[in-house]
Amino acid sequence: MTHDVLVFAEIRDGQLKKITAEVVTAAAKIAGKSGGAVDLAILGNALDKAVDEAASLPVRNVFVVKSPVLEKYSTEGFASGLEAVIRKADPCVVLFGATAMGKDLSARVAARVGAALMTDCVDVDFENGALKAKRPVYSGKVYAHVVSTNQGIKMASIRPNIYPPADKGGNRAALEDVALPIAGDAIHGMVREMEGSGAGKKDVTEAEIIVAGGRSLKSAENFKILEDLADVIGGSVGASRAAVDAGYAPHSKQIGQTGKVVNPKLYIACGVSGAIQHLVGMRTSKVIVAVNKDPNAPIFQSADYGIVGDMFEIVPLLTTEFKKLLNG
Amino acid sequence: MKFVVLIKNVPDTESKIKPTPDRKTIDTQGIKWVISTFDEYAIEAALQLKEKFKDGSTVTVVSLGPDRVVESLRTALAMGADEAVHVWDPAFEGTDALNTAKILAKVVASLGYDLILGGKQGIDYDAAQTCAAVAEHLGIPQVQVVTKLEMSDDKTKITARRRVEGGDEVVDIKLPAVLTCEKGLNEPRYASLPGIMKAKKKEIKKVGLSDLGGLGPQDVGAAGSATKVVGYEPLAERLGCRLIEGEPADQAVKLVRALHEEAKVI
Repeated sequence: MTHDVLVFAEIRDGQLKKITAEVVTAAAKIAGKSGGAVDLAILGNALDKAVDEAASLPVRNVFVVKSPVLEKYSTEGFASGLEAVIRKADPCVVLFGATAMGKDLSARVAARVGAALMTDCVDVDFENGALKAKRPVYSGKVYAHVVSTNQGIKMASIRPNIYPPADKGGNRAALEDVALPIAGDAIHGMVREMEGSGAGKKDVTEAEIIVAGGRSLKSAENFKILEDLADVIGGSVGASRAAVDAGYAPHSKQIGQTGKVVNPKLYIACGVSGAIQHLVGMRTSKVIVAVNKDPNAPIFQSADYGIVGDMFEIVPLLTTEFKKLLNG
Repeated sequence: MKFVVLIKNVPDTESKIKPTPDRKTIDTQGIKWVISTFDEYAIEAALQLKEKFKDGSTVTVVSLGPDRVVESLRTALAMGADEAVHVWDPAFEGTDALNTAKILAKVVASLGYDLILGGKQGIDYDAAQTCAAVAEHLGIPQVQVVTKLEMSDDKTKITARRRVEGGDEVVDIKLPAVLTCEKGLNEPRYASLPGIMKAKKKEIKKVGLSDLGGLGPQDVGAAGSATKVVGYEPLAERLGCRLIEGEPADQAVKLVRALHEEAKVI
């Protein structure tokens, strides 16, 4: 086992996802302590553009597993490919983004190679041969400090929007091809296609700025006032559970305990009461703004800035002011 | 068909979760223990498949944990599950998600299965590892975070939708398989009063270390786990909310200025 750190590179539509560069930053921190290098593993079929991008990140090797079998994601296909890279690179730490793909793959591969695995970490470190992580538990009500206790490989998935993305450019990593061991007919579960309700639009978990609405929006159409604000400031729109349950927004936009957990630099909550189940989904946002008619709404206890007022009045005014600021 | 549902007994979502003063554990005083939210969707999905095919299919629920999990197993039986298995042994103390999966895979293998279901993550540790690791140990495919599922009439495959960033993926998967459930897949039924009464009398099968062929005390519990929680930390307190006063137009101007110049987020 080397002291190296291997990063699973995640691709969407032939391009590296932003999370990959973030995980490289985390990997560099670990490698600095473990005394090794950072490598990337990239899997798929139409890979040329993504490989170029990957090689421009501050990493030593990019291991490429290219096969028509990996054209679409399958747990078994990608696990076979990543396992092959792990056997070749022999890292002591393997890092993933804590995305849908990262969480699906990391658990499978960790079980396969007998690794330690910590999911959805907001901080990682390496000390005395052990991987250490801080991760939210109990739906984000508290943090757990976890350490690896094994002599083998240690793995972790990193929460999006925590580490800054590593810079691309200024490097040309070495490329190494790795053959995919598994045959196509041995794969029994595979992605067929993507159905994008927000195809092309950024997912809330990837957003730096979120404008969220609660049940007081009263209709799906009214969400437009939040979209107008989000468009001006470059944000994504989210929703509370109450708004989703009432049919005003799709579940994919739901933020909270049974929705998504987000970590933007700015979260603007409009007409959101601030129940604990919602707070656990956005509480680590750098800056929280609350706009609510009810001065006693619990959200104000978790916000940094608040306006007690009618959001139907306030939000369009904010949109106008931000437009002035950003265009003027 | 044989449906096996893996469920976890956890603190309910209203619980205040506080580290003990030494921050080494969570204070469990006054906590109400329930079936983990996402596991309820798994139980419901299994029951709906059983009802759809009406072919003598059975639903078996399995839970690993100390005696408090028995109540969750009874709730699942009351909802309509046919059998319940309580997996516990003092040697399992300290087991982490991957080690739990190693144990559960053995249990499930001995029960037999066509489809294994679970929640996407336990709402206590949010690891989202156990079900995928069970699939790995059994050598079967997996699809996680499922928001919609349809089984073929010949019962050999499932078409599922799974939630990813930016939308849903359509996944084709052959049985036997492991599937984890996301909110929105279904509306879990409430246990009926007759169901609850019947469940009280049902026998709950017990499985301990000695029933797991090939695993010894060094393979399970803290000894068999590669991760360990060494402490807990409360979330950082916010410094307090600054309420912005004035007429609406004025409030908007002040807030935008604060976000730009003070907080520097726009």
